[in-house]
Formats: sequence, C-alpha cells, structure tokens
Amino acid sequence: MEIQFVERNGNLITKIRGEIDHHTADKIRRSLEEKFAESDAKNIVFDFAHVHFMDSSGIGMVIGRYKELQKTGGRVFAINIGPEISRIFDISGLRKIIPCFAGIDEIESA
Amino acid sequence: MTKTKNQMTLTFLATSENQAFARASAAAFATQLNPTMAELTEIKTAVSEAVTNAIIHGYEGLEGDNFVTMRCRLSDGEIYIEIEDSGQGIDDVQQALEPLYTSKPHEERSGMGFTVMSEFMDELLVDSVRDSGTLVKMRKKCASESFVVM
Repeated sequence: MEIQFVERNGNLITKIRGEIDHHTADKIRRSLEEKFAESDAKNIVFDFAHVHFMDSSGIGMVIGRYKELQKTGGRVFAINIGPEISRIFDISGLRKIIPCFAGIDEIESA
Repeated sequence: MTKTKNQMTLTFLATSENQAFARASAAAFATQLNPTMAELTEIKTAVSEAVTNAIIHGYEGLEGDNFVTMRCRLSDGEIYIEIEDSGQGIDDVQQALEPLYTSKPHEERSGMGFTVMSEFMDELLVDSVRDSGTLVKMRKKCASESFVVM
C-alpha cells in the first residue's frame, strides 16, 4: 500500500494505491492524521482510483476521519470509486455521510 | 456442465499481514468455479472480514503463536468457506451479528464485518464457544458455473 498527499484549495487529497484492510487502514490513518495536522487543509478528499480492494476496516477508517473533521467544521469526500469497492460503500451506508464524486474537479467546482 | 469438486485447507499465523494472503488464496481457489469479478470481490471481502475478526477479536490479548484455519470446498457451483480460530469466542453471537455493533467502540471499527459477510455470501453461520474459539461458515453460489470450464 502506498499513500500520496496533495494539498489544493483547502483540500488534502489523499491518494491511496493498494488494498485497504485492517492491516493497512491503521497505517493510512496514522499517516493521514500526521499530514493533516501539519497542513493548512480544512477537508480531506480520499482518492480511491487505485484502490481495488477495501473491507469494513476501510469503512471504519473513513468514518473516523469524518468524525474528527466534524469537530473543526471540515468535510470528507471520496472520488474515483471503482466497481470493486462500490458495493461496500453502498451496503455500509457510507455514501449517506461521505459525498462521492467522479473527480476532484467536481468538488472544486461545486 | 462441468461440476468442480475440490477442497483445500490453510493454517496461518493470526497476523494482520496474513489477511491479504488468506483472501487472495480463497479467491485463487474459487477461480475454478469461473466466478465473475464481482463474485470474486465478494468472496475476498467476506474472507477478509472473518480473518480480521479472528485476529483482532478472537486472539486479542492472547500471547504466543495463534493460528487461523481456513477451509474451502467447491461443490456443485458453490464455494463453502470456513474460518476457524481457537481464541476467546463471542459471548453473544446474535448481538455481534447486528449491523454497527462493535465490541470496540473506542476504536475505529465500523461494526459492519458480519453484515458484509452476510450481504456478500449466500449463507453465514457463526458458531462460537467462550474461551474455545469461533467458527464462521459461509456459502456462495457462483453463477458462471453453468459455462463449460475447459
């Protein structure tokens, strides 16, 4: 699993490459918390373009960031959700609290 | 119509690194049923949830080398998967099966593990005995078995 951050227009875009399970979700959480703390970003955007597997540990990690950012008025978004992880977004109800977009341009122009 | 019959057993250390190994192995085995990509994803996800439970709940706080056993069987276009640990067991299985229930509310657990297994597989049975372990049994029909596998 690899993770890459891009800060743009108040969004910390978090690009993840690989599989998200209990093993990697904790690494993503720690890395993201550290990066977010040292950035000026208000929101987190998860870019799932290169995530081909995610289980409920990933759901927990995303909801964890949502709860954290609620305290500061920030928001969490998701972009580029492929077919492999689309269904876990649906059955977990994650789409109800995390707005999902096709790409970063849609968020910035919204 | 080709009916694949086969079975395999894997026993591995209960470490989080082995979650990926377990689900990839189950998926590789299931390819003999000629499943769709969606079915393979569902099998991988269900296995990942069951193995995660064994590691973070079953063996939590227990010292020494702890093992998880995964048994897979193919029969009549269906895959039967059993994930077994010898850990501390679940006190109230019915409660554990409820969506969003987590025994670790202070951690970032979604409480969706059993819900995912139930949604992604056709059948889910959980047998657990306190201080003895947990056995998760799952079954899934793979639709494309009706094709002739060469």
